[in-house]
Amino acid sequence: MTAASAPPMIRVAGVDKFFGPLHVLKNVQLEVPKGQVVVVLGPSGSGKSTLCRTINRLEPIDSGVIEVDGQPLPAEGKELARLRADVGMVFQSFNLFAHKTIVENVMLAPVKVRKTPAADARKTAMELLERVGIANQADKFPAQLSGGQQQRAAIARALAMKPKVMLFDEPTSALDPEMVQEVLDVMTGLAKDGMTMLVVTHEMGFARKAADRVIFMSDGEVVEDSTPEEFFSAPKSNRAKDFLGKILTH
Amino acid sequence: MSVLTNNLDLFLRAFGQTLQLFAVSAVLSLVLGTFLAALRVSPVPVFRGVGTAYVTVLRNTPLTLVFVFFVFAYPLLEILKIDEYTAAVVALSLYTAAFVCEVVRSGINTVPVGQAEASRALGLTFTQMLGNVVLPQALRSVVPPMTSTMIALLKNTTVASGFAVFQAGNIREQLSDQGDNVLVGLVWVAIGFVILVMPLTYVQQVFEKRWSVAR
Repeated sequence: MTAASAPPMIRVAGVDKFFGPLHVLKNVQLEVPKGQVVVVLGPSGSGKSTLCRTINRLEPIDSGVIEVDGQPLPAEGKELARLRADVGMVFQSFNLFAHKTIVENVMLAPVKVRKTPAADARKTAMELLERVGIANQADKFPAQLSGGQQQRAAIARALAMKPKVMLFDEPTSALDPEMVQEVLDVMTGLAKDGMTMLVVTHEMGFARKAADRVIFMSDGEVVEDSTPEEFFSAPKSNRAKDFLGKILTH
Repeated sequence: MSVLTNNLDLFLRAFGQTLQLFAVSAVLSLVLGTFLAALRVSPVPVFRGVGTAYVTVLRNTPLTLVFVFFVFAYPLLEILKIDEYTAAVVALSLYTAAFVCEVVRSGINTVPVGQAEASRALGLTFTQMLGNVVLPQALRSVVPPMTSTMIALLKNTTVASGFAVFQAGNIREQLSDQGDNVLVGLVWVAIGFVILVMPLTYVQQVFEKRWSVAR
């Protein structure tokens, strides 16, 4: 490797994935350079969530290459765990640990994986909860929080590992409408701070405002890869035009 | 009443042995059973196979046969000499562990898969995920069936009477030798077991109450 060309943070090359007979990812190519915010759009069943989940190998792929920060994804085991520690993930259904308080949720991985002393981990956790605006909820259990608060806690939990890149798998799709904005605000803040992000979402406003690039997927293929302005004002493919027509007319 | 009061020493000694057999076997079977459950949900196919084979063999074998193996057959192998008491503990623990394993595994299956995914995404290893996230949540839902398994173990200790290990199951023959009323004696043995089971039921209630709060 030459010093001149830094590897992209995420490189997906020729990736295929099947669920039984269903071809969910078809020869997908995607590179996300460091510091870029990429939003993945597409209709339901287009494979965008699956793509997001393959990047930290929650879904194994059938062929192709996925690299994170120049390193190919290892097989399941300690090495994969190490790589996952550097890749933050936020889920549609939050997945906060139900038996732990909010601050314990944020502290767990730093203490267990990074071996950070508990006192330091707690301090960092409180700072992160402050940053996402729920420090006053630190000692409650996840079930006692609203959806928006839970998702912000989940973002804080991912950030506590100081990840190189953050994956968002439809982070606002399970939220009541009035709570979407508080989560998007946190994400926009992250994007401004220079975090590398891959965001699967239906929030067109976020795509316009915070994205450097928009990927449009349909039927398991990457159909368009352009800037937000270009994609929303002049989509090239009929499938993208059709998709935008359906969501932007109301 | 005289059957009990005249033989109080016999009853106390016998139930003391029963309790001891139960306590040691309970701890061993809980540890081994939880480990087996971890094997059965592990991502490594060989581990899953070992766990499944263990449960299939031990759960499907009558306890008496397990005793026969460790008291009579195992010594013929001449690996490590064990006395009858140890053989009884081993037989009870290995047998009960198969049931504990299935109880724990059913508990693991009640924990939403997202909990495991979130742990993996954070970089926790399989053992860290199981120990810190999945098992603590699984144990909440297994308290009632686990209590039943432990009560069964307590009563199963009487099988040891056929294998020269003295405990409550031997009270009947001792009374019979002395010419006491055996039927009355057995009623007292039954009452003794009810008294021993009661604390287990109490422990179940305590855990159910404590763990229901944080849900």
